[in-house]
Amino acid sequence: MSVQSIPQPAAGADAHSSEARFSLENKLTGWHIGVAMAALSIGVTLGIMQGFEHLGIDLYKYTAPAFKTYYQGLTIHGVLNALVWTTFFIVGFFTTAITRSLDRPLKYPWINVLGFVLMFVGLLMATYPLLANLATVLYTFYPPMQAHWTFYLGLTLVVVGSWVAGYGFYFTLHAWRKENPGKRTPFIALASTITMVMWQIATLGVAVEILTMLLPWSLGLIKGTDPLLARTYFWYTGHPLVYFWLLPAYVAWYGMVPKQAGGKMFSDSLARLVFWLFLLLSTPVGFHHQYTDPGIPQGWKFIHALLTYGVAFPSLLTAFTVAASLEIGGRARGGKGWFGWIRKLPWDNPSYTAQNLAMILFAFGGISGITNASYNVNLAVHNTVWIPGHFHLTVGSATTLTFFGIAYWLVPKLTGKQLYKPKLALAQAWTWFFGMIFFGNGFHLLGLHYGVPRRTMLGAAVYRDPAWTPFLIEVFVGVLLLTTSAILFYWVIIGTLAHKKRLEKPVEMPIAEAADPTPVPAWLDTWKPWLYGAIALIIIAYGPMLYTLISEMQLTSPGFRVW
Amino acid sequence: MHIDRYEQIWIRISVAVLVIFMIGIVVAGWSLSIQVPGVYGRVDPNTVTEPGSPWAEPGLRELAPGKYEAYILAQIWTFVPGEIRVPAGSEVTFYVTSKDVQHGFRIQDTNLSFMVLPGQISKMTHRFEEPGEYVFVCHEYCGVGHHTMAGKLIVEEAVASNQ
Ligand code: HEM
Ligand SMILES: [Cu+2]
Ligand SMILES: [Cu+2]
Repeated sequence: MSVQSIPQPAAGADAHSSEARFSLENKLTGWHIGVAMAALSIGVTLGIMQGFEHLGIDLYKYTAPAFKTYYQGLTIHGVLNALVWTTFFIVGFFTTAITRSLDRPLKYPWINVLGFVLMFVGLLMATYPLLANLATVLYTFYPPMQAHWTFYLGLTLVVVGSWVAGYGFYFTLHAWRKENPGKRTPFIALASTITMVMWQIATLGVAVEILTMLLPWSLGLIKGTDPLLARTYFWYTGHPLVYFWLLPAYVAWYGMVPKQAGGKMFSDSLARLVFWLFLLLSTPVGFHHQYTDPGIPQGWKFIHALLTYGVAFPSLLTAFTVAASLEIGGRARGGKGWFGWIRKLPWDNPSYTAQNLAMILFAFGGISGITNASYNVNLAVHNTVWIPGHFHLTVGSATTLTFFGIAYWLVPKLTGKQLYKPKLALAQAWTWFFGMIFFGNGFHLLGLHYGVPRRTMLGAAVYRDPAWTPFLIEVFVGVLLLTTSAILFYWVIIGTLAHKKRLEKPVEMPIAEAADPTPVPAWLDTWKPWLYGAIALIIIAYGPMLYTLISEMQLTSPGFRVW
Repeated sequence: MHIDRYEQIWIRISVAVLVIFMIGIVVAGWSLSIQVPGVYGRVDPNTVTEPGSPWAEPGLRELAPGKYEAYILAQIWTFVPGEIRVPAGSEVTFYVTSKDVQHGFRIQDTNLSFMVLPGQISKMTHRFEEPGEYVFVCHEYCGVGHHTMAGKLIVEEAVASNQ
């Protein structure tokens, strides 16, 4: 196979001059995903150390000056992987996705440069307390554990920077709509922008939590805090956060992967409907993370449980539509019969393979997610290692492995160089796939059958039970495969940057056409009803309870540093 | 907007599955009363161990034969009391709060699992039928000693309690 041909170059277009128009966008994308990958390299190393610890092998004594304890490492693993790798990669990827989909450079590039600077300064600021062991509060930073104020301010700047990047995207989309009256917004640009708007609404919770409670409290300006109110603000953001991780992968699965498979978008309209439904339903479901919290009435928890089933619906639609789009591709490539088309998919293309394997892992993660969401069933698995089993299949695979797949065309595009050793990249995708299967299966079983608590130094736990061992070994097999996979990923990426084989033609972003040429109905290209609907649902689902919690707020908890 | 026939079938199946799940949690929650915690009350974590507070002397209290209340205080990195004994067949209502950071409470091999927050009282009831040792663990990160925070509830043969 030839790597250059993975994303087909646009026929006839003067690709070179079109590249020149986007040189700043390319640079911006490169900075974002460069920071993302650097963060992930540290995050993943700590993940591997956690895997060893669970088997009873404590490596922290060797890394002591930098990473002193399991819990410090776990905090950094969570922050770098779940918050930094994702947010930086997503903003970088969207910078390319939106501008190429609109075929229009950013309207005000300085806004996006400013966004990057804010995010980067925020990251540097948060790095200090993380490394100095002044913020070993895990990535959920529940008070009254109190981190150094630079941790809270740094995270805030990362979020605010991502908002600013979002504004840059909105202005660009708005400019395109003015320049193209009557035209439907291209799918990729629309879906990416919806994701950023959803993020903007969703992060208000954590912004209020930090700015009105944690930051002034950590600076000593207020003496106490109210842990339940803080948790409620946090989970207002915490659930849509998972959609912020997932929707960029959906953008690629709907809008790009079908093209890479030689197919078309099965249904452009339904794909858009899915994104609007996510805008509507992502936020008013956060109490499903607080089923076991005291102080929140069962009725509200139940309402959020029902809404959570509602937000599962667009994902079920996605499963069908994406599979159908790939089938078009498989059949166009000569696949026959019920399943014969699957074999004809471009399994020799690492970008495609990584993303298709990510979809399969997401199917498992989605099933365990529905279990978590199921109100009283949650009691069986809440805060057990079932939960990390679940989210390593979702954010750790559906998102992360998709982003690896995207990197396999995006890095060649940005550097103008061939992907280094595509066979290694293929091996990377498969080792991640099998690694997460062992890891996820072992953790799910340990959580379900033995109630093994998560976020715990299991190797040293006083209640460690020999019955866990076979499953911990299964997890460890997963960790070894994942270690291999991570090494392969960085080998391929660094190899691509370091070698000298330039591409003859620049790589084009894959953009799938719609299979059905009839235009998308106007109600799927209108913002207002969806946006107002989303705000109304949030007010209904959160308003009364937030009002109660705020009016009964008791700032009684002083800060604790217990690590 | 045109929707493919198979996709229409898929949509119907998806909606049906979700509705069945909804019915499932209603039945389990309200007919079988497998419930999640709700609102019980608040305390000031700074004075929770002072005289007059039920957590001044945490422990087990018998309300009637076979019916108990257990007041448990969570603190870094122990539960007080760390050991509880009840006869088989007892119904125990747990009242748990924290005097410092957030903790969790889960009794293995039961449905009992909830968060323990300073300032809030978590309440849940369980009937212990099978004699044996039930380990309870803290399942929320609470600092460097988190993995040492556990206790046990011993359910004794019912005959023993009649002596
Ligand atoms: C080589 C790959 C990886 C390995 C070996 C690994 C391993 C682990 C382990 C052992 C834990 C602790 C689970 C527990 O006992 O509570 C953990 C937690 C976690 N991991 Fe990973 N992980 C990997 C990659 C990732 C990726 C790619 C992400 C996200 C993008 C991620 C996100 C998280 C998060 C959010 C936590 C929870 C932290 C917390 O509870 O505060 N991990 N990981
Ligand atoms: Cu959630
Ligand atoms: Cu704990």
